[in-house]
Amino acid sequence: MFAVTFLTQVLNGLQLGSIYALVALGYTMVYGIILLLNFAHGDIIMVGAYISWIVMSKLGLSPVLAVILSVLGCTALGVLIDKVAYAPLREAPRLSILITAIGVSYFLENGSQLVFGADAKVVPNFTDLTTFQVGGMSFSFTAVLTIAVTVVSTIILSLLVQKTKLGKAMRAVSEDMGAARLMGINVNTTISFTFAVGSALAGIGAVLYSMAYHQATPTMGIMLGTKAFVAAVLGGIGSIPGAVIGGLVVGFAEVAVSAIGLSVWQDAVVFLLLIVVLIVKPTGILGHPMTEKV
Amino acid sequence: MSNDRKRRSVLVQMETPNLIPERDLGRKPVLEAHDLGIDFGGLTAVDDFNIAMGRTEISGLIGPNGAGKTTIFNLLTNVYKPTRGTILLDGFDTAGKSVVEVNKMGIARTFQNIRLFDKMTVEENVLVGLGNSMSTNLLTDVFRLPKHWKQEAEFHDRALDLLGIFDMQGLATTQAGNLPYGAQRRLEIIRALATNPKVLLLDEPAAGMNPNETDELMENIQKIRDDFQIAILLIEHDMSLVMGVCEVIGVLDYGRIIAKGTPEEIQSDPKVIEAYLGKQEVK
Amino acid sequence: MEETDRTEEKRPTIKMGIGAGTGIVGGYRTLPMPARYAINAVLVALFLIVGESMIGGGIVSRYQTTVLEQIGIYIIMAVSLNIATGYLGQLPLGHAGFMSVGGYACALFVMKNMDKFGLTFANMVTPSFASVMLFALGLLFGGVCAAICGLIIGIPALRLKGDYLAIITLGFAEIIRVVMLNIDSVLGFELTGGAKGLTGIPSYTNFLNTFIVVAIVIFLIHTMMKSRHGRAIIAIRDNEIAAEASGINTTYYKTLAFVASAFFAGIGGGLYAGCIGVMAPAKFGFMKSVEILVMVVLGGMGSMLGSVVSATGLTILPEALRAFSDYRMVVYSVVLILVMIFRPQGLLGSYDFSLSRVIERIMNHDYPWKRKPKDTVDAGVSADVER
Repeated sequence: MFAVTFLTQVLNGLQLGSIYALVALGYTMVYGIILLLNFAHGDIIMVGAYISWIVMSKLGLSPVLAVILSVLGCTALGVLIDKVAYAPLREAPRLSILITAIGVSYFLENGSQLVFGADAKVVPNFTDLTTFQVGGMSFSFTAVLTIAVTVVSTIILSLLVQKTKLGKAMRAVSEDMGAARLMGINVNTTISFTFAVGSALAGIGAVLYSMAYHQATPTMGIMLGTKAFVAAVLGGIGSIPGAVIGGLVVGFAEVAVSAIGLSVWQDAVVFLLLIVVLIVKPTGILGHPMTEKV
Repeated sequence: MSNDRKRRSVLVQMETPNLIPERDLGRKPVLEAHDLGIDFGGLTAVDDFNIAMGRTEISGLIGPNGAGKTTIFNLLTNVYKPTRGTILLDGFDTAGKSVVEVNKMGIARTFQNIRLFDKMTVEENVLVGLGNSMSTNLLTDVFRLPKHWKQEAEFHDRALDLLGIFDMQGLATTQAGNLPYGAQRRLEIIRALATNPKVLLLDEPAAGMNPNETDELMENIQKIRDDFQIAILLIEHDMSLVMGVCEVIGVLDYGRIIAKGTPEEIQSDPKVIEAYLGKQEVK
Repeated sequence: MEETDRTEEKRPTIKMGIGAGTGIVGGYRTLPMPARYAINAVLVALFLIVGESMIGGGIVSRYQTTVLEQIGIYIIMAVSLNIATGYLGQLPLGHAGFMSVGGYACALFVMKNMDKFGLTFANMVTPSFASVMLFALGLLFGGVCAAICGLIIGIPALRLKGDYLAIITLGFAEIIRVVMLNIDSVLGFELTGGAKGLTGIPSYTNFLNTFIVVAIVIFLIHTMMKSRHGRAIIAIRDNEIAAEASGINTTYYKTLAFVASAFFAGIGGGLYAGCIGVMAPAKFGFMKSVEILVMVVLGGMGSMLGSVVSATGLTILPEALRAFSDYRMVVYSVVLILVMIFRPQGLLGSYDFSLSRVIERIMNHDYPWKRKPKDTVDAGVSADVER
């Protein structure tokens, strides 16, 4: 019996961790390339959830369409935000663009509240499969799907960054924007593409989140985004495997704390974990230190 | 000059075979390095670096770009931790001390890429350097007790005196970031002097200067040495400055000293000519 | 003093008295220090007298008075954050945490000690020696508690740079929030009141004492920044490596700036508790920290006047737009984005206003239209060289 509960909890941890990992990947990619903590990232997920709700609940269309439109919608939104709000500030002090990101986040949250109201919208099931049986034990379909999708996404992303020309451009721009420009790389396009990929992952995260929690509220992105961000920093910001590891660590920590009955302290534990890691290894688990030339 | 400094270092006796000006003979060398070296991963950036400076010696460190000269400055000021070797300031071992402590012990430096406090005025930049000598505590300053005013007045005078070395008093209220390049370099030197050092390390002080300014700089360096009675070590590419003002010159190539001697000796040393001077126009 | 032989008319003659004295630097006449302080003191007194009489005379309503008090509180919040952002150059994202600690600490101190001072809930509001003493001690207690938190947080946080410092301070503030929410169940007795918060706080905050505290806080921050300690802090912001090489103990000064920032934030929190009457953890989350940060950035980092102006504006604005409350946050965020895009340095940049300096300029016929572009000094904290 205990084994089953334990396994269930492990699965929960993996599921939650995977969602955090997907969102953290988006954070880490954007940070890696333009050194921006994109506070609006969590809110992009919120928009994705609402899109799913609109497509399935309001328009009564198929879940498959909901998934496609959510992911596409998030991608488009991410690119749009970059073009409108961040691109003009490429040369500005870092703090300005950070504040702008906060502004965009506020805008999305309050805009949603204005349009949809503050109450939670119920996102219907994407699929009728809820559990499936393996060896006499039942596992949540959503959980397994989430984990599988995350693994696949991470692999595809790694391949993209390591093997393709665009991926190489992304790495070049994140190392040295000026030099990349001189080498003929179209920096703005590369950055837009990075936002697109990061936001697409957020869109996928939104769908998986909606499958698990069936809810869309205007403020759902805040805590989710913050914790995913903690995950990205924990794993080493700028590092793809780091984001995944960070996501899993945060997911497991939350589930573990809940499991021992201290769920009110959940958030505090996550942040405490972050603080400990930052004290012990300031650049995160897989991060590399940046040295300044004297 | 050294009354207001607190030091808790270890006194170490070492031999110092080296060239120092005769007038400094009989006094302990102010700065010594023994077999100093540093590796960055697999790359040995500096190796076997030895120096002993007389208390009022002006020395130069020359060599091709990338030879490791600024790295040596970074080692001497404890910005980098050496992989091997020791550094002695006035006989005291500087190992393990922070950059701040090393400055308080008596080494000051300027930087290759100017590092001024851009948003502060010229005078304030100097006042920051003079901070080493200021003694008021926080409460005295925050509540503006008489001691605060006395100190501010006294150090205002001192700052203007220092600026007077380069005739920069009139620029006291100009924002440091707005100064022309040459003036910025001079301000950095003044700020370094303000920290009351025994040794002054100047990293390419003549960079970007025209021949007139360089001649003035030469006079000023000697004047600083005479007035303040300190030792000065320069990194420079401008040969007229180096040959004109330095008493001892060390030539660095690929992290190692390949020649050391007086300007005349260096100029005729075939190794040096081959490694460096031969490829460089003497200005 | 070194004599310079050159006979150019621009050569300064420096006349120094002990302490104050009319100085001439660069041929520029300046006001003596006592005069400057007197001018500022008169301005403050004027403001207080006008305000008090308007309130006493009933011209200003109870509600409006509360808004005025909140303006004062947020001015303190903004200028205190400015120490760590504008002057030290960091980006702490957990300022609301210090406000919260200060607020709880001060409120609890006042509530638990009221009887010892012979005060009750009712007569706290009437000024008497006892109530002023309790008020002052409460605020100091709040400030010190917040400062201690600042020290605890600062020691690990200040070893990190930039965004990492931002995140770790955010983390600490969240931990503070969760602790305030749940500590009662750990302690076994009621301290903070959990989610519903601390209620029934006596209204020891009023217009007069708020703005007296504001004036004192601004004075203290000003004197700290215009001294060798302030210079050290700004030097660290401008170039930390050069600051170290110039003998500045960067660890000490970064911590000092951070702790000072926390201390004054705690005082602001204490005032807040007495103004609103309730302290609830939900009010002091990341959103609150962001609101204060926005005030600082919008006003111009490193500009005290900027912080004052934007704190005032951003406190009044939501109240004034109450009618449009659904749209106001959307408008607020759009305005924020636009200001950042078109004027990233904030409204006033790092400009700091000084009436004394205006008078000096008049004394020296130094009018803006006469200044050549190269002469313009970017004021900030540095323009006044005090003698």
